[in-house]
Amino acid sequence: MTVGDVAREAYREGLPALSASAVGGLLAGVALSGMRAEFDAVAGLLVLVPALLATRGNVYGSLGARIATALHQGLVEPRLRGSDERLRAAVLAALGNGVIASGFSAVVAWGALVALAAPHTSLLALTSIAVLAAFLSGIVLAVVVVVVVFGGFRRGMNPDTLVGPIVTTAGDVFGVLFLWLSVQLVTGGI
Amino acid sequence: MATEWTVRAITRATLPILLVLTLVAVASGLVLGGFEETLLEYPSLLVLVPVTIGSAGNLGSVLASRLSTAFHLGTLSFGADETLLGNAIATVALSLTVFPVIGAGAWLLTSLLTESGLTFTTVLVVAVVSGAVLAVLAVLVTVTTAYAAYQLELDPDDVVIPVVTNTCDVLGVLVLFAVVQVVV
Repeated sequence: MTVGDVAREAYREGLPALSASAVGGLLAGVALSGMRAEFDAVAGLLVLVPALLATRGNVYGSLGARIATALHQGLVEPRLRGSDERLRAAVLAALGNGVIASGFSAVVAWGALVALAAPHTSLLALTSIAVLAAFLSGIVLAVVVVVVVFGGFRRGMNPDTLVGPIVTTAGDVFGVLFLWLSVQLVTGGI
Repeated sequence: MATEWTVRAITRATLPILLVLTLVAVASGLVLGGFEETLLEYPSLLVLVPVTIGSAGNLGSVLASRLSTAFHLGTLSFGADETLLGNAIATVALSLTVFPVIGAGAWLLTSLLTESGLTFTTVLVVAVVSGAVLAVLAVLVTVTTAYAAYQLELDPDDVVIPVVTNTCDVLGVLVLFAVVQVVV
């Protein structure tokens, strides 16, 4: 293959996933820009945003890849009803890891803000928001990942190519949406 | 090597690296916090934050997974190589396709919902320049990481994709910050 052939093929293969993540990212951005009042009210919240979004991508991307591989190997049946122990363990581990990593990022971010003498809210508020957002978005993302990967597999699609775009798109959108909800719940807005 | 499917085994296999990646992301969050005033003043720049981070990570991860596969198949050699060069060109072309749409979309959506605060051209220039710089950086980071994994005899699937995706995420914030400083 010539350089041009390789480039054309890579371009065609990459465009759908990149377009999907661009749409998801723009929607998440619109939600984020609707949270300007929250960023003003909760000092330090914006610092958490990259960590929370990256955690969603890493945890649920890895869950999706794990389930996709297991489907290929016949270790997991693509059925939701009466689902087996292993699938439940994988989802629980993803939820737990997402909550731990998000809580950890809040503690580290708060420590850094204090060390830099930057404006910051209380450690309790920042951590509660991060943990609550991780838990709520985690439940939705786990369901989305399992349903999409199972559904795609049963329709004869390769689950590996579905996981990336689904997780980046849904992760960004639900990540920001549940961050907003968590701020409302913790600061008493709702 | 397959991880056993229990909560304990999965956590042990994934949590340590997850916490390290979280530290890196918090560092990029501190950069974001450093230009919070500018972002809150111009909502269309705030709209660009997740989409720039996500697209940068995506450009890197698509390239990384293609190079990993080529590497496993033995069709990749480091140096003046068709696979390497073709993929690098595709990454830049993908970025120059998507980022103009992202810039236009960010301005349009913000203008519909509130006030953009910036001209269409400014937002477009911020998006396209960021995208072009990020595409070049994504190529450099991915090739360097893939080469390091090859030298250290690590499985590129385990190492290259997470390292590249997260490095590109962070670069997304840094490049956006730098471009906003220059353009806005």
